[in-house]
Order: sequence, then C-alpha cells, then structure tokens
Amino acid sequence: MLAFINEPAVLSIILAVVKSIILVSVAMFHVAYATYFERKAIGHMQVRMGPMRVGPHGILQPVADMIKLFFKEDIIPEKADRTVFYFAPVISFVAAISSLSVIPFYKDWYVANINIGLLFILAMSSLGAYGIVMAGWASNSKYAFLGGLRSSAQVLSYEIAMGLSLVGVMIMAGSLNLREIVEAQNKLPYGMFAIPQILGLFVFLVAAFAETNRAPFDLPEAESELVAGYFAEYSGFRFALFYAGEYIAMIVMASLLTACYFGGWTLPPFILKALPWLGLVPGVVWFVLKVYFFIFFYYWIRATLPRYRYDQLMAIGWKVLIPLSLLNIFITGTLRILKVF
Amino acid sequence: MQYIFFAYLSVAIIGLSIFIITRKNPVHSVLGMLFMFIHVGALYLFLNAEFLAAVQVIVYAGAILVLFLFAIMILNIKEELQTELFIGSWVMAIPVVMGLLIMLFLGLRAVKAGYTGLHNIDYIKTMTHTKAFGKELFANYLLPFEVISVILLVAIVGAIVLAKRRLR
Repeated sequence: MLAFINEPAVLSIILAVVKSIILVSVAMFHVAYATYFERKAIGHMQVRMGPMRVGPHGILQPVADMIKLFFKEDIIPEKADRTVFYFAPVISFVAAISSLSVIPFYKDWYVANINIGLLFILAMSSLGAYGIVMAGWASNSKYAFLGGLRSSAQVLSYEIAMGLSLVGVMIMAGSLNLREIVEAQNKLPYGMFAIPQILGLFVFLVAAFAETNRAPFDLPEAESELVAGYFAEYSGFRFALFYAGEYIAMIVMASLLTACYFGGWTLPPFILKALPWLGLVPGVVWFVLKVYFFIFFYYWIRATLPRYRYDQLMAIGWKVLIPLSLLNIFITGTLRILKVF
Repeated sequence: MQYIFFAYLSVAIIGLSIFIITRKNPVHSVLGMLFMFIHVGALYLFLNAEFLAAVQVIVYAGAILVLFLFAIMILNIKEELQTELFIGSWVMAIPVVMGLLIMLFLGLRAVKAGYTGLHNIDYIKTMTHTKAFGKELFANYLLPFEVISVILLVAIVGAIVLAKRRLR
C-alpha cells in the first residue's frame, strides 16, 4: 500500500520537505537569538547591559518576546484593504525564507542544488519589495504608505547594484550555482573571491545593508519621522512575520557574502597548509562562523553610523554603487579575457 | 506526475488571468498578476528553461510590475475605474476573438512535439540552460540582440527627454 513512497520522485519530495522543516526550524531559532544578540551587542557598545531580566543575562528574552507576540491582539485598521493586509507579511516572509533553500551550508547540505542559485536569490529578494509596498498601501495610513513607497524605491535601486556586483563573481566562477562558486574559490591560492573582487564586495556589502533595510539605510522605518514605516499598523503575529522576514533576509545576505566572497564552508588553502589539523573540523562550522561574523558586522555598523538622508541614499545607490559595479564588471571581464584567472 | 503539475499550472494561470481582468480594484489585479508571473516562471522551469524562469520573476515580477504598482498607487485611480465597459461594441469583439483563437489552434497544429535538433534535452542538461542560452544568443544571434539593445536605449532616452521637458 505504501509502495508509492519508494518511487524516486515521491522520495525526493519527502526528502526536500524534511530538509525544509529542519532548515526552517534552525533558521527560526537563529532569528530569535539574533534579536537577543543584537540587543546585547548594541547594549554593550553603548555601555548598557541590554536585556537582563528574563533568565540569566536575559537569555530567555526571545522566548518571552515570542509569547508576547503570539498572544497580542491582532489589530486591523478599519479602512484597511483586508486581503492585501493579510497577504503582505506572508509575501515578505516567504520571499525571505525561500532564498535559504539554495544556500549550500556544506558540501551536500542544501535543500535544492539548482544551477541558477544566485539568480533565484536575486529573484526572491526582488519579490520581498511587494510585501513592503503592499503593507504600506493596504494599511491606509500616511506614515505606512510613505514608508512603503520609500522602501520599495530603495530596494529597487539597490537591487540593480547588488545584481551587478555579483556579476563579477559569476564571471570568475563561470557558474550561477552557489556550490560551484564555492568550489571555484577553493582553487585560488588565497581561497576566496574577496581579494580579486574587492570592488564588487564593497558594492555588495553596501547594497545588502540597503536591501535588508538595516541601519544606516533603515529609512523605511525611520522612527523619528515615520513612526515605524510600512508596518506601523501591524501588530501581533503579522508584525512578527515582518520582523522574522527582515532577520532571515539578513541571514540570507550574510550567507551569500560567505558563499560568494569568503569561500563558503572551505578554509583558504594557505591556512590549511600551515595548520593541517583545522581540516578535521567539519566545514559547516566555518560557514556558520563566517555568517555569525557578518551578522555581528550588521550590528556593529548599526551602532556606529548615523542614518543617511533619503536623497543621499538614492545618490549613493545610483551615482556611486552602480557605476562602481559596472567598472568592476569591466575590470573582471578584461582580466578574464587576458586569462589572469 | 508531470501531468498533475502541468494541469495545476495551466489552471492556475488561466484562473489568475480571469481574476486579474475582473477586479475593480487595480491593486488587487496587480497582486493577481504577481502570482500569475510566478506560475509562468514555474512553467518555464517545467520546460528545463531555468534561466528564463529566473528572468521572468526578476524582470516581470520584480521590476516591471513594481512600476505598475507605483503608477497605480500614485495616480490613485480607485474611484475613477467605476465605468461599466471600456469599449462599446463588444458584439464585434466576439467574432474577432474567435477568429484569433481559430488561427491560434491552426498554428499550433504545425508545432512538432518533442526535442529535436541540437538543443535537445540531454544537450541542455549537460550544458546547463544558462550556458546554452548565452552561447546561442551571443554567437548566432548577436546582431538582433544588439539591435534590440539599441531600441531599448532609444526608449530610455525618450523617456528621460519627456520627463525633463516637464520639469522645465
């Protein structure tokens, strides 16, 4: 009766579902503790203690936050467009979390190994803008609408710079498959694209901050002028979906940085030659450590830099980052034709 | 298995298309269109055209549709679109649409099913779709590609000229 389970197609679907469940639970755990870590790290940078009340050193704070968000009343504004209001946080969350499925955490640790992994992530991050703009529009509130418009303009402009900055990586690796990109990096003596692609890395880093609406580009939710931006009218669990979506997008961007510029799960060959016993550590540890560093980097920047003005944000995107990334493509392409790499 | 998948996709695309043209609120139409574009992307994936699928989502869903949405939201045509019909003579429309449909079906009969020629399924699998597509586009069809880019450039310049004239 259960014979159909043995069919390869059905089996692969079941395997993918199991993998996705594991990935989503691990990711949600990371989201919960990323918020705790953010508050702690920024607290200490500002000579405060951060959350201290729930559990030792506030370690159970995310659990308390989650319970609060679950049981809070779900308020919908009277004149809101209900269908769109319901859909917006789901779009935002789904767009963020589906990007995780193509990221190779280790040699065979991924949900889907597709040939267009990089393009898939770009496509999903471009869909994320819908959640934001729809939320702003459906709330039927001035602040939310302005926040939504700002954010979608920002995401659209920085998406171009981000896509173009990744073209350098695509040229060097000769593939869009994230796993092949990581393997191509390991063939270089220094084991990462961060050095030859330093220009692309800079553009990608800045664009990643803007794409995930993080400080210093967190204009869509600039609380001093827009209350909370596009999710001003959201409460309870719908708000939590936006919040989780933002943190998952941060994790995706940090993983993409790791996989495309910092060698993914591999260590640079010269380090392995000097300290061969490091090869015994499973690669996923290096991947996760690199991702944690970049997440810390997000917080570090947030605690350091003040917010940009909106016109400055647009000027940086269109007049600095896009020309820089085009220059990077030109340089990389020329070096590739001359067979330098 | 593949028939179920194809049936779902085609029903979803047709259903969503009907949803799009029957909404009174244009923002709902755009939302429907977003889901339709994603389904069309899935249809491309189904045909082993993974690059086209990604481009479908990035360009149509990610860029063009967002601009639609901007235009609709900023113009705020919520009240304006309460008119009954856009065109008067819908009686004339039926034979024209029927004729088009018949032509379409006659044309479809000429299409041969199955993969023949150089770009068959094994070739795409070994080359990956992106590479096969790129090689074809930039080697055999370079001139048409360049002509299209010049046309697009003209459109961009035209749009900027129109926008700047207003500012003056």
